[in-house]
Amino acid sequence: MGDLSDVKEREDKLQGMGTSLLRKEDAKFIRGQGTYVDDIKLPGMLFGAVVRSPYAHARIKSINKAKALASPGVVAVLTADDLKPVNLHWMPTLGGDVQAVLADKKVCFQMQEVAMVLASDRYAAYDGAALVEVDYEELPVIVDPKKAMAKDAVIIREDIADKKEVGHGPRTHPNHIFTWEAGDKAAADAAFAKAEVTVREEILNPRVHPCPLETCGCVASFNKATGYLTVYMTTQAPHIVRTVLAMLSGIAESKIRVVGGDIGGGFGNKVPVYPGYVVAIVASIVTGLPIKWIESRIDNISTTGFARDYHCVGELAATKDGVVKGLRFTALADHGAFNSHVSATKLPAGLFSICTGSYAIPNAYARVDAVYTNKAPGGVAYRCSLRVTEAVYLIERMMDVLALKVGVDKAEIRRRNFVKSEQFPYTTSFGWTLDSGAYHNALEKVLKAVDYDGLRREQAARRADPKATSLMGIGIATFTEIVGAGPTKVCDILGIGLFDSCEIRVHPTGGVIARLGTMTQGQGHSTTYAQIIATELGLPASDIVVEEGDTDKAPYGAGTWGSRSTPVSGAATAQASRKIKDKAKKIAAHALEVSEGDLEWEIDRFKVKGNPTRAKTMKEICMISHTSNIPAGMEQGLNAVAYYDPPNMTFPFGAYLCVVDVDKFTGEVNVRRFYALDDCGTRINPMIIEGQIHGGLTEAFAVAMGQQIPFDENGNHVGNSLMDYFLPTAMETPKWETDHTVTPCPHHPIGAKGVAESPHVGGIPCFSNAVIDAFSHLGVTHMDMPHTAYRVWQTLGKLGVNQR
Amino acid sequence: MANMHDVSFKLNGKNTSVKVEARELLIYTLREKLAHTGPHIGCETSHCGACTVDLDGMSVKSCTVLTVQCDGSELLTVEGLEQGGVLHAIQQAFHEEHGLQCGYCTPGMLTRAYRLLKENPNPSEQEIRYGIAGNLCRCTGYQNIVKAVQSAAKKLAAAPATAA
Repeated sequence: MGDLSDVKEREDKLQGMGTSLLRKEDAKFIRGQGTYVDDIKLPGMLFGAVVRSPYAHARIKSINKAKALASPGVVAVLTADDLKPVNLHWMPTLGGDVQAVLADKKVCFQMQEVAMVLASDRYAAYDGAALVEVDYEELPVIVDPKKAMAKDAVIIREDIADKKEVGHGPRTHPNHIFTWEAGDKAAADAAFAKAEVTVREEILNPRVHPCPLETCGCVASFNKATGYLTVYMTTQAPHIVRTVLAMLSGIAESKIRVVGGDIGGGFGNKVPVYPGYVVAIVASIVTGLPIKWIESRIDNISTTGFARDYHCVGELAATKDGVVKGLRFTALADHGAFNSHVSATKLPAGLFSICTGSYAIPNAYARVDAVYTNKAPGGVAYRCSLRVTEAVYLIERMMDVLALKVGVDKAEIRRRNFVKSEQFPYTTSFGWTLDSGAYHNALEKVLKAVDYDGLRREQAARRADPKATSLMGIGIATFTEIVGAGPTKVCDILGIGLFDSCEIRVHPTGGVIARLGTMTQGQGHSTTYAQIIATELGLPASDIVVEEGDTDKAPYGAGTWGSRSTPVSGAATAQASRKIKDKAKKIAAHALEVSEGDLEWEIDRFKVKGNPTRAKTMKEICMISHTSNIPAGMEQGLNAVAYYDPPNMTFPFGAYLCVVDVDKFTGEVNVRRFYALDDCGTRINPMIIEGQIHGGLTEAFAVAMGQQIPFDENGNHVGNSLMDYFLPTAMETPKWETDHTVTPCPHHPIGAKGVAESPHVGGIPCFSNAVIDAFSHLGVTHMDMPHTAYRVWQTLGKLGVNQR
Repeated sequence: MANMHDVSFKLNGKNTSVKVEARELLIYTLREKLAHTGPHIGCETSHCGACTVDLDGMSVKSCTVLTVQCDGSELLTVEGLEQGGVLHAIQQAFHEEHGLQCGYCTPGMLTRAYRLLKENPNPSEQEIRYGIAGNLCRCTGYQNIVKAVQSAAKKLAAAPATAA
């Protein structure tokens, strides 16, 4: 016992942190045995089909249900008037506003929910929905957010026209939602006034949609006899949803059970509470029957959870050598017709103030003005923390703009401005304390791996070659993310702090069940949390069961979004494990008749120091803890629960490099190489991390190269099916090269930072920087996403590059 | 109520009969009437491939096939890949190569990959990417799916599995 090979063998057996343990969740999915919400069938269940508005802005003059009610299989048709008696025709939003559950006298965006038809099955419900007759009177439409606050602009939200504020400070126009400011404007202005060089660029983050492969939906089941409401739903935050439902319905929260089940991808789309869920719940309460509501794909893209739509202006002030002295970033935010933007209460523009990025910028100011338009509500964080993609995109683009202006290489300008390793923890001019980082190291590793100098030489040769048929671009992004919301003093939703939780029960024979307040949507929680416990407790990951998403079983938590699972619940998991381990040590000392100080931990056991043959394995202690052979006064069992309130956010970072070739004649962009180095602190499961990075990069590629939700001047969607909305196939998707450094988080129990959003946040500016770099010798400083062949071809045409 | 039609086919090797309306799509028959919830609905417009099943030796998207078209056919869904308690090589490979995350595209992806390897037992990476281009995945970025198909191809070549 205790020799090195034995220790190694025992450690390998645990399959704890650092091993690429194959995923426990795969067994059901590869057999088609997942339980997604649309797989749930309850006796007597009705299907609800939503009747939606064809207009972006119109008054509802009348609704005639007669033909629909006469249609075979139709049981009921619900409108706002039917929800009024239970006061559920409007609902509060996560953004401090209210939203119509079913349109109340007017519609404010195309595809808005007007009625729900309940019928015996899906076909009958949609037949009925087609027969609901709604008489509309069209109103003028606001599509362009820049026109929303014009003097003569039509008032979109008559219901709150007189309200001086909607949750986030004074409003200056009926279509104004809030103005948020951060940083020191006077100091930033002073830096600009005396700057040797300034740059300014208008940069759009277009409206996009997370578009998980499974749309949103629910099965609501109210039991009239017991008064219990069970809701199976596609939610990334089941506990928060339960609280919202209790507030909305008046049902005691103890009588509401929300079950997440298996979720077919979320990416932010499944955080909010949508009207469809609420109508299904009301319908179940009224009828006493289970009600299923499942979005179609077009419903999903059109109405639930868009992201971005930030119309930004970036300004940097710098020395002639490119050292940044001041930053001013502003954004006009199009929030659509209701402010159901997902944000923590005190952070209406989310974490946009991370926009100083990886750079030491002494003077900074940011401002976001949010307005209503006649578009779907939302503003979810699409595979990122709240508004972090917008912030990182802006700073990473602006560093390139500055590099061009001062004539400094794009890698070099980053080196000159990075926060240095010895400066951590580093407090930014917006007040965030970056926990740890090694930015120079990460960038140099990438530059070396791709032979950056060689690439620049190749680019110069290409540019000098009059016969070249393509332009070559090299994009760099050296991003810092802010994830793991978050410290409850800073972050709350509806007053609930964004702590998270883990409850662990250890059984007599050493099996473990852990329950958490998070909600996996493909991230592999069943595997990674088990690995944390395996290492902490010395029990094999194979015998550790992880359960999430059923609010009757799991302790309270804020769910999985904003890369918060590992930073927050992962920490709670380690802490709950350590409580158990502390107790186990006392039991071991008692059983071995030594003092606790005489014991030392080794992989899976407590050993008596200096006498390695005397030891108690954790498995033995599990059994002993259930007997009378425990210290006097101690309770039996090995259970613990931990609620973790993080002392700080975590700040994963990375250095990405992308090489593209742009066809001069078609505008097609070929991603020749993409090299991604991520530093997420301690790595729990390298295989899963790599998988998350592949996925995040692919979603970044989608956003940068093709995604956009466009509208015509009447507020009509012109691209809300998968025919038009770009989801890359295996053919378009580039090959990814991944790499890593490890800079542990100093305030997290296991040093982990979270990873899955980094590739999305860092990837988007990297693609854009690569495409724009291909044009930089032609005087181009910026091109808005998405870089579709058509749009790039238009730029080529304007520049005359496409002439043979 | 509309006219109902009797339709019979072999589903994962078992004789199956069902009554459907003429307009009923195969994906609904499988999921709602025959308790085969492996195939999923992602778009209902034939773009995403989550509903992919094997119909008479061809990959089809069951959201755009009428059930009445399947009379007399042989159908294979993800539920039919495992034989005698042994996973098909393609299922095993998806697990080993981390070719799935949320699992929603997986049944369609597996069924498609199964047929692809029947059509071309030794595909190049480009042929795999082309061969699964009708199946969208939002989680994996496809790289590990491609690896899984390559790995399954190797295993099948070494020890040919019995046809499902």
